This record gives sequence, structure tokens and C-alpha cells, in this order.
Amino acid sequence: MDVFLQTLVAGILKGGLYALIGIGMTLIMGVMGIINLAHGQLMMVAMYITYVLHLAGVDPYISLFVAMPALFLLGCLIQRFLLNPLLKVDTILPENQVLMTVGIGMVLTEIIRFIFKSDYKSVSTGYSNATFFLGNISFSIALGISFIIAIAFTVAMFFFLIKTDIGRSIRATAQDKDAAVLMGVNTGRITIITFGLGSGLVAAAGCLLAPVYYVFPDIGGPFTARAFIITILGGLGSTVGAIFGGVTLGLAESFGATYISMDYENIIGMTIFVLVLLFLPGGFKRLTKI
Amino acid sequence: MLKVDAIDVFYGDLQVLWGSSFEVREKEIVVLVGANGAGKSTTLKTISGLLRPKAGTIVFDGVRLDRLPADRIIGHGVVHVPEARRLFREMSVEENMVMGSLAPEARKKRRETLAWVYELFPRMKERRKQAAGTLSGGEQQMCAIGRGLMALPRLLMFDEPSLGLAPILVEDVFNIVKRINKEGVTVLLVEQNVRQTLALCDRAYVLENGSVVLQGTGKELLADPHVKEAYLGL
Ligand SMILES: Nc1ncnc2c1ncn2[C@@H]1O[C@H](COP(=O)(O)OP(=O)(O)O)[C@@H](O)[C@H]1O
Ligand SMILES: [Mg+2]
Repeated sequence: MDVFLQTLVAGILKGGLYALIGIGMTLIMGVMGIINLAHGQLMMVAMYITYVLHLAGVDPYISLFVAMPALFLLGCLIQRFLLNPLLKVDTILPENQVLMTVGIGMVLTEIIRFIFKSDYKSVSTGYSNATFFLGNISFSIALGISFIIAIAFTVAMFFFLIKTDIGRSIRATAQDKDAAVLMGVNTGRITIITFGLGSGLVAAAGCLLAPVYYVFPDIGGPFTARAFIITILGGLGSTVGAIFGGVTLGLAESFGATYISMDYENIIGMTIFVLVLLFLPGGFKRLTKI
Repeated sequence: MLKVDAIDVFYGDLQVLWGSSFEVREKEIVVLVGANGAGKSTTLKTISGLLRPKAGTIVFDGVRLDRLPADRIIGHGVVHVPEARRLFREMSVEENMVMGSLAPEARKKRRETLAWVYELFPRMKERRKQAAGTLSGGEQQMCAIGRGLMALPRLLMFDEPSLGLAPILVEDVFNIVKRINKEGVTVLLVEQNVRQTLALCDRAYVLENGSVVLQGTGKELLADPHVKEAYLGL
């Protein structure tokens, strides 16, 4: 029973971070209609920012305030100069924007590898391995704090999407682009802001994961895959769905690691992914208007 | 107020409007009638900037609309209530209304305008929390018109507001158009519903295969032999 509860809590805590990754991907999916296959690589860049700042003695939770704006800016630039121009060219390739994100992901990985080599780095802090007990169940303090911060960002994001004109314009553009243009929405600008926000959110996840994970150049790929799975689970384009998708994946990985084997973490995600595509093609549906 | 002069409009290589010209004067209700596929929607989309004319000009109060980016046109008071409503379906009625008032002037007066729109459409006030996609056809049309009014239009363009509505609702919609016009908003109305719209308008143009072939007051066109034969089935 304790093992079960322990696994459950670990899965939910992880799920909170995955939700943050998934919401960013989902926003981009909703507005631009593309899967951002550089999502995990953007997170990896944020982890290296955290790592460098850590060498300078900065706490990962403080690095958030550097990495998020930096990745927001990087995301905006990518959309403005690499993705939006593709809309104007005739191409023989369908989905050329998606292919571009694949390329961006590779370039980011190789630039980081060039600078930092392929070594595993760790951003270990005093609390990286600290735990506290509630009854017989132990919690990772780092994951607990990360979870709370992830929830705070998620709530802030929803507030932004619902209560501000820019947030509403993002949702409107996702629902009907031409109608949004008629209402005076500069949809080009909205795509840039959206890619920036998606990158900023995944950067937050990167900073929050850094203390409990290793940092290495190829960490992006598996997280792009996770983001993709979460987005599909959530029903492509639903931010609330992405939260459910994130928590589901977190739980599945956690239970898989406990009851099957640590080695199968990635396989479990992919298995759920295939099962959802086969049996629940709409994902967890669009549960709400957001 | 609005002068459309000899515009040619294409979808890719396919030319749809051929040197089409017409004008709308302050405070008028002008209708553009024509069969399905004549190019009515294309005309409105070109005025609101979703399409660009290859030739010709569109001038509104001295401003070349055909040179403005589409998202800047609503700020000049030219507002398009599109065909098939095009509401933001997963947003509430009220959020749809708010989306109509993004331009700086409209934004400042958002609260007052919303109160006015709810007075005009009490039904929309009742439904303000409901997702727009779940409204009935008539309510969706009201929501789309309300969203357009939120922009404080000087020229309001309607694309087939009666489409798909029961006859009794069609009557309602045309009454709303008249009422909005009485409040000082100039109206450009696109319709296939020829008999009713010619009766309510000040002037009308007949569009056939992308060109304006006839123009006159509503009365004149109702009496025109070609209009009678082709559009009124007489
Ligand atoms: N997106 C489009 N791509 C290509 N052709 C189009 C498109 N939209 C409309 N058309 C064509 O342009 C012509 C005029 O269409 P439209 O302006 O919608 O007519 P109306 O509104 O008068 O029914 C039609 O022949 C239609 O098939
Ligand atoms: Mg039409």
C-alpha cells in the first residue's frame, strides 16, 4: 500500500511538470496547427542555462527568471524568422513548418553539444535528494516545490488566456483565424507571442526538472516525444486536456517504473500513445472551451 | 463614404471579380444582390482585406483600404459580419462580444457598448455565459451582429445574415438591420433574398458573374424586367 501511494504521489508530481511541457506544445498546436518537434530541445537549452547559472552559484528556482524570458525571446525569434517566412513560400513539401522544427531541434542540440560536449552534467542542490515523510510515504522536496511552481505557472497561464485581450486573441486565432483577422487581431504577431509563450513554459519545466535530472544534449528528443504524447492524449489543442495528458503520462511512467521496470520508462509512454491513437482518437476530448 | 472602383479579384489563377464598381454613401442601406457564386462574399472579403484586388481601388473616407493590412481595417470603422457567422465557437457569447472591441477606440467604450448591445439583443444577455457554438442559428446571427456592433462600426457589412434562418427569423434580422441603420450606421448588405432586401434598401446593385450589371433604387430594381425575370420569378 505504501509503495502504491508513494508511486501515485511521485507520478502526480511529475505529471505537474509534464502538464507545463504539454500546455506549451498545445498552445502552439492550437494556434499554428503544427506539432513543434523542437519542444524538448528548447527545454534542453533552458536546462543548460540553469546549469551555467548553477556553476555561478545561482539556485535553479532563481534561474527560472532568466531562462523563461530568454526562451520566450528565442521562441519569438524562431517563429518570426524561421517559421512565419515558410508560409509565404510555395513548397513541394507538405508540413514544411514541422520539418523546420525538426531542423531547429537538431541545430540546438548540436550547438549545445559543441559548447558543452556530450557529458552528463548535474545541477544538484542541497535539496536535490532531500525528502520529507508524511506517515510512511516520502516525498522528494525538489519535486514538491517544482510541482507547486508548475501549478502556479499553469494557473497564471489560464488567467492570461481568459482575462486578457492578447490571451483571448490567442484562443480566437486558434478557433477561427480569418474571423480573428476581421476582429482586428494581428495573427502574425499572435503566432510569434504564442511560440514565445510555449517556449517560456517548457523552459520553466526545464529549470524545475534540472535539480532532479541529469542534463545532457540529447535529453531534448525524449521530451519532445513526451510533449507530443501529452498533446495527443489531451486531444490536440485543448490546454485543459494537456493537463490531464501530462498527469496521465506522469502516473503511467511512475507506475511502470515501480511495478514493471525502471528501464521501460520511454516504452510505457509510447505504449499509451499507441493505445490512445487506436482506442481514443480524440484524446481526452476538449473538456472545456479553453 | 465607401467607393469601390473597378476591382479585379482572383483566387490563385481564377478571376472572380471583373472590374466591379459601386459606392455606399453615408447613412444609406445599400444591397448587393446576386445568385450563388456571383462574387458577393468575395467582394466583402476584399473590402475587409482578407483578399487583395489585383487591380482597382477601395477608398473609405479618403483611406485606401486595399493598401491596409486586414487587421487594421476594423479600426477605421469598417466592420464585416461574415457569411455563416464565423463565431469563436468555444468562447462564451460575452467573450465573442469582447473580441469585437479590440481596437483602441472600441476598447475604451467596451462596457457602454456591451450594455447597448445587450439592450438590442436581450437574448444575448441571457446567454452571455454560454459557448457560442451551442447557440441556435438565429441566436448565432445575433451574436455575430452584436460582435460587429462592439467595434463601433461606421459601415457595417453583412454577408447573407438571413441564410439558413426560418422565415420569421429572417424578418427579425432585417428589422435589426433597419434599426441599426436608424442609429446612424451605414449598411452594406449582401443577399440572395432579393425581394425582401430590395424593399428595405435605399439603393442596390446586381452582381452577375463578378460584374455589376444593374444599379438603382430598390424600387427601380423591383420594377426592372431583368430583375423580375431572373430574381423574382415573375
Ligand atoms: N476560396 C476559394 N477558392 C477558389 N474559388 C473560390 C473560393 N471562394 C469562392 N470561390 C469561387 O468564387 C466565385 C464567387 O464566390 P463567392 O464570392 O463566394 O460567391 P457568392 O458569395 O456570391 O455566392 C464562385 O465561383 C466560387 O466558386
Ligand atoms: Mg457568399
